[in-house]
Amino acid sequence: MKICVCAKQVPDTNEVRIDPVKGTLIREGVPSILNPDDANALEAALQLKDEYKDTTISVISMGPPQATYMLRECLAMGADEAVLLSDRAFGGADTCATSTTIAAGIKMLGDVDIIFGGRQAIDGDTAQVGPQVAMRLGIPVVTYVQKIVEYTGDKIKVQRQLEDGYEVIEVKLPCFLTCVKELNEPRYMSVGAIVDAYKKDIKIYNHDDVKLDPKDCGLNASPTQVFRSFTPPVKGKGEMLQGSNKDMAKQLVVKLKEKHLI
Amino acid sequence: MSVVVIEKDCRGCTKCVKSCPFDAITMENKKAVIGIACTSCGTCIEVCPFDAIVKDEVEKEEHDLSLYHDIWVFAEQRQGQLQDVALELLGEGKKLADARGCQLCAVVCGLNLTNIVDELFAHGAQKVYYIEDERLNQYTTDGYSIAIGDAIEQYKPEIVLLGATHIGRDLGPCLAVNCNTGLTADCTKLEINEETKGIMQTRPAFGGNLMATIVCPNHRPQMSTVRPGVMEKAERVDGAKGELIRVQIKLKDEDIRTKVLEVIKTVQKKVSLTDAKVIVSGGMGLGNAEGFKLLERLAKAFGGTVAASRAAVDAGWIDHAYQVGQTGTTVKPSIYFACGISGAIQHVAGMQNSDLIIAINTNENAPIFDIADIGMTGDLYKIIPDILEEMGM
Repeated sequence: MKICVCAKQVPDTNEVRIDPVKGTLIREGVPSILNPDDANALEAALQLKDEYKDTTISVISMGPPQATYMLRECLAMGADEAVLLSDRAFGGADTCATSTTIAAGIKMLGDVDIIFGGRQAIDGDTAQVGPQVAMRLGIPVVTYVQKIVEYTGDKIKVQRQLEDGYEVIEVKLPCFLTCVKELNEPRYMSVGAIVDAYKKDIKIYNHDDVKLDPKDCGLNASPTQVFRSFTPPVKGKGEMLQGSNKDMAKQLVVKLKEKHLI
Repeated sequence: MSVVVIEKDCRGCTKCVKSCPFDAITMENKKAVIGIACTSCGTCIEVCPFDAIVKDEVEKEEHDLSLYHDIWVFAEQRQGQLQDVALELLGEGKKLADARGCQLCAVVCGLNLTNIVDELFAHGAQKVYYIEDERLNQYTTDGYSIAIGDAIEQYKPEIVLLGATHIGRDLGPCLAVNCNTGLTADCTKLEINEETKGIMQTRPAFGGNLMATIVCPNHRPQMSTVRPGVMEKAERVDGAKGELIRVQIKLKDEDIRTKVLEVIKTVQKKVSLTDAKVIVSGGMGLGNAEGFKLLERLAKAFGGTVAASRAAVDAGWIDHAYQVGQTGTTVKPSIYFACGISGAIQHVAGMQNSDLIIAINTNENAPIFDIADIGMTGDLYKIIPDILEEMGM
């Protein structure tokens, strides 16, 4: 079986702070990480490989050259090969253009049985690239996969998460599955695999390598554009109640009564 | 629009490098160079002291946009139940239709949905595009994206709005590819640009640390998914009527490549955080799942419901249906109690528009106090019983 995993290197948005005076993002010291949902996607692929030994896993990403660090991490977790789509021509892409590029990259891998991706990346939170890659490859997609129920060679049965439950969905391969964190617990890199990861080559493809015209990728092929961006207005600090627990409880109830909330 | 550096004006100060949220700028020969990770967010333009970074308009081929009219909202139904988010979309769609001077329409798919069609008229839809087909009773990505894509091609709406639910966020991206247009995810604010008459879509990015306003100038329809719980629901006018259009579509059985074997509800009681007037939310500070029992008591005293931060959900203390925040539900109740919640930006993004935020936390420096209207430093296991006692409960 051949599995492809789509991964993205993202800034750890949990570590981002806003400068309270200037109202700008403080980026210094914010680490770049493998997008959390993508780690679940890779783990799902690795679990299939654990069971079916003749499986190869290719990880594909689009991003700047430094994304190779993240790809090495994927190799150290157990992926067999890694491909980075990196080219100035890919820059400024919205989800639509990104999906065209990634789909073109996946086509270069040959026939793939299953493609796993994270549900969404924590820097953009759009959840659009996975389904759009599937559309461009002409294969079915199941999003929000929270459990793999059964894999039977030509079909896979999965649970798709809903707000108040889940659906059980059966889909024929090849297909694209986007994964949520409930799917599994990503494994750690092993020491031996880290060493091996540095011996492997990471393929870097530009637009010519994936047979794309520059007018069909990046900003040129993006229907949506950022008009402006801004840091959200910070709400002013409210009142801190003082005194013992009992005093604070009393003050709170008085305030709520004044506001006719009780 | 792309962001470019005017090389002769760049002095190599590196301010843009530090400001870039996406780490897309590097220095080469003491000049800033914008790399592939650039999203054209424009943060660097503002910080550059030398005006050496500008937005460059890209020439795009012109499509005939004048063929597209009206605003469509996707009326999501599950098991024949119209979802609340559809009413929110009609509420917001009405404002946009007034600003644009066009009609507000709804599109609905399934079987035996005349009740829903009437509800859509009662909530302000002037036209309802009804795709009646047994194969569309249950949502499937392929079925819906082909059927609605077909309807869009036939009737050419200018704007299409979908709820950013687990279904809308699945359908939207596929529909956008089928219609060869752009899609903006999870919008929290929509407005019509008076000059261009295009839609301005504002959404949180970067875990809620950055807001971006997105436009789709040269493709139609302009499509957005909208966060549930953010927009005001349309008012119901009894007996309001509109025009019903039954849409004929080309859909083959084999087009639907996924099979939904069953739909399971795991949350017995329907959690409607978006409608709750009072929410009592718990985080890591609870220490264990039992803590939610105390929160339940406080919620009951106010006739409200409990909710949780992502940390509490991740710890397995409560179902993810109760999660408030960037990846959970967005809420705006009259009172939001944040109990033992530190106030990570992702959580705050989902509750900061609550009318009154009351925070209880042992750490007086917790960021939640920066946005709380009323803060109390102390042990929630002591303070909450005291509040209940004061209320005579």
